[in-house]
Amino acid sequence: MRLPLLALLAKEPAHGYELKQALEQTFGAAYPRANIGQVYVTLGRLEKAGLIEGRDVAQDGKPDKRVYAITDTGRQEVAKWLTEPTEGPRVRDEFFLKLVLAPETQLADRLTLINNQRRHYLNVMRGLNRMAAEERGNQVSQLLIEGAVLHLQADLDWLERCQEELT
Amino acid sequence: MTGQDNAVPVLRATGLVKTHRAGRGGAEVKAVRGVDLTVERGDFVAITGPSGAGKSTLLHLLGGLRRPDAGEIHLDGRRVDTLREADWAVLRRRRIGIVFQTGNLVSDLTVADNVELPALLAGQSARAARERREELLADLGLTDRAAASPAALSGGERQRAALARALVNDPDLLLADEPTGSLDSRSAREVLALLTRHHARGRTIVLVTHDARVASSADRVVSLFDGLITDDARVTDTPPARGVGDVLDLGG
Repeated sequence: MRLPLLALLAKEPAHGYELKQALEQTFGAAYPRANIGQVYVTLGRLEKAGLIEGRDVAQDGKPDKRVYAITDTGRQEVAKWLTEPTEGPRVRDEFFLKLVLAPETQLADRLTLINNQRRHYLNVMRGLNRMAAEERGNQVSQLLIEGAVLHLQADLDWLERCQEELT
Repeated sequence: MTGQDNAVPVLRATGLVKTHRAGRGGAEVKAVRGVDLTVERGDFVAITGPSGAGKSTLLHLLGGLRRPDAGEIHLDGRRVDTLREADWAVLRRRRIGIVFQTGNLVSDLTVADNVELPALLAGQSARAARERREELLADLGLTDRAAASPAALSGGERQRAALARALVNDPDLLLADEPTGSLDSRSAREVLALLTRHHARGRTIVLVTHDARVASSADRVVSLFDGLITDDARVTDTPPARGVGDVLDLGG
């Protein structure tokens, strides 16, 4: 949340709610909505770190809103974030742990686990198909859904390999 | 579609077994090792599984393209595995439409003639066949390709034309073997949308696929492993709670 907000502020100053809306419009309805509370907390931390500066703007009949602008340090931080390779684990997968450890426990068998997991993936895939149809017109959202679909296909292929080897 | 009794499954296969022999005197490979499968009217069933699991062999058995070594196949309550080839040919003309991975079209005929031919062979009048062809090509977005030869079509167009050909006699059952297997992702989506649409209109579909997007569009996914069904599940229509977030976390 921290760096995407900072990246949005590199374009122009904005207040918290505008940033939440910008995130949602960019990534579309298929991606989980940002939590407004989390946006405000993150902006507070960014300000404390000197990466953004806030100033209060009076509004007619409403409380002041705090508009944030990026600082030079903030801009450097975004540039660094954008240009460095994205490291870290690509996939987090707890299911494989369950699959490997299940027989020792004698509490579940592998084929049942695999079948349940396949059903879950297929249900998620069906939901993504529908979202892809609803999000037609939002290119970023389409690509995001396509990425999720390709990952799920890989998960299903892996599941198939696990079933071939472990059951 | 014909007005059969809805209580009788369109297709009921029991105890299907099929063994391949790798060449003369070669080793025996059991491709299908005892499959029971019932398909109700209006079902959309996807058969998935790794290559070599017996998916295509099973589909070929269901379409009468190959004969089982053991087991029975009933179509609309009538036993058909014992039929002679000529009777199967009639069934495939009138009751079962089949689409293969590489669009089974006659290369010497235009798209229009390819679609009309099975209708004429099934005894439709020339006029009825032409009307049905025009309707299907319009539905599948191929009207302006009617005079083209199959070689001039893109992969996606060829597969849609093959689908039109398979649907021209309004079959009770549509069988498809990896219908999107040789297509790019956009053409695959088009073919999938067509199948989904025809299913929504009540067509019964059984297809073999390795594409999870295709499989998840079916109502029911049958998993085949090593010649046996290891799972048979309904795909639910509840959307994933977190959308893409159920698969990807963009972090940041």
